Amino acid sequence: MYHWDFYTVLQSFDLFLIGIWATFIYTVGSIAIGVVVGLLTCFARLSRFPALRILARSYQELFRCTPLLVQILWAYYALPMVLGFSISNTTAGLLTLSLYVGSFYAEIFRGGINAVDKGQREAAAAIGMSGPQSMRYIIMPQAVKKMLPAFINQSVIQVKNTSLLYAISIAELTYMTSVVNSETYRPLESYTLAAIMYFCMLFPLTQIADQFERRMRRSD
Amino acid sequence: MTQTETPIISVRDLTKSFGKLQVLNGIDLDLMPGELLSLIGPSGSGKSTLIRCLNMLEIPTSGMFRFKGLEVRRKFRSEGEQIGVGDLRRRVGMVFQHFNLFPHLTVLQNITKGPLVVLKQDAAEAEATAMTLLDEVGLAEKRDVYPTHLSGGQKQRVAIARALAMKPDVLLLDEVTSALDPELVGEVLQVIRRLAETGMTMVLVTHEMSFAADTASRIIFMEQGRIAETGSPEELLHNPKSERLQNFLARFHA
Ligand SMILES: Nc1ncnc2c1ncn2[C@@H]1O[C@H](COP(=O)(O)OP(=O)(O)O)[C@@H](O)[C@H]1O
Ligand SMILES: [Mg+2]
Repeated sequence: MYHWDFYTVLQSFDLFLIGIWATFIYTVGSIAIGVVVGLLTCFARLSRFPALRILARSYQELFRCTPLLVQILWAYYALPMVLGFSISNTTAGLLTLSLYVGSFYAEIFRGGINAVDKGQREAAAAIGMSGPQSMRYIIMPQAVKKMLPAFINQSVIQVKNTSLLYAISIAELTYMTSVVNSETYRPLESYTLAAIMYFCMLFPLTQIADQFERRMRRSD
Repeated sequence: MTQTETPIISVRDLTKSFGKLQVLNGIDLDLMPGELLSLIGPSGSGKSTLIRCLNMLEIPTSGMFRFKGLEVRRKFRSEGEQIGVGDLRRRVGMVFQHFNLFPHLTVLQNITKGPLVVLKQDAAEAEATAMTLLDEVGLAEKRDVYPTHLSGGQKQRVAIARALAMKPDVLLLDEVTSALDPELVGEVLQVIRRLAETGMTMVLVTHEMSFAADTASRIIFMEQGRIAETGSPEELLHNPKSERLQNFLARFHA
């Protein structure tokens, strides 16, 4: 019978806290940048300029069709060779996570906008609204409601994806757990605790997403 | 035609194609102030396309288009003597078959949004106008309700008020009672009838022949993208010349 010893592990709780904080910062930071990138990409894809559409599409496919871990490693180890100067693991990590999630957000935003009935755009045009006015006052408010569940789901995945920053030694929760493990030689307790912490962060978010989805189905 | 009588809308040899499909084949039309023009014709004859061209919701493929004597340019903004699509649309109101109310806005907000955003009215003015209009269509007590909670007839009356809030010179109505339950048609027609009495210029696509006969100053019978016959209700509905129109009307008298 295995003798559980959480006490030893919990003595390094400050290390876990450092990890949780970093995980939080990388999640929020990459989501914030990702939203901006996603919006720009979404509007580029809806624009009437073919060059913009192709550019946006290429970026999306590049990031959606390669593994995030490869992207992170490439940004940290390969990109400096292309640029001719080195970049910190912080920059490489944040940049990659942001561009990765941005490519998915763009698709979610586009889906939400396209899901708004085309009669809405026509009604807005019929009272003399310009394209941007119609987008801002009529289309977007409705699209946001439609895209919210998918947006939250993608953001939940984003929290988990920060764990891949382990590979370039960023002190997020997974990396800090490995530090605790090497200090305590208690892998079972260390990684169990890490899993519990991730779960406690994400479970409420998935519940919120479900709640939104249910409320939307009722209001339709 | 005298000088004082500039048509509100004037089109010559207007055509519209969707890809290879030519839907409008050379339409000539002058819409005079105070007219209530009724468009009738079989389904697919191009009535909707024509009425949607009149506020440039569909951009015509070719032909001349003037609004109050001003040439309409195919860009949003007006420039010089030419009026842009944006200015045209704020002066040519439209009511749709399926209402197209904004579901995320209350009844009052549906009506004030255009005046606030497009006409830059202040909130008090926009609200006052909206309440007057809501009163006129008999829905003042629904001001803070969202469109989902309205019946079809109520939605359409709000949609009419929304269009009128822009103080348009013309109102275009495309089969505005076709999506309604039969018992709700009357309340919407009543609103249109009263508007006609105030001298509002209107173009009305409808299958309500008796309503067209009562209210229209002129009727146009469309077929295959052309104006096949035009005249007063008396001439067209009671003494149809072409066999096609006779056959078309026979279906409504059954
Ligand atoms: N956006 C469009 N794209 C392609 N074809 C269209 C479009 N809108 C209308 N049409 C076609 O144009 C013809 C006339 O349609 P419409 O103007 O709606 O007729 P009506 O209102 O008299 O029934 C129909 O054959 C219809 O299929
Ligand atoms: Mg039609």
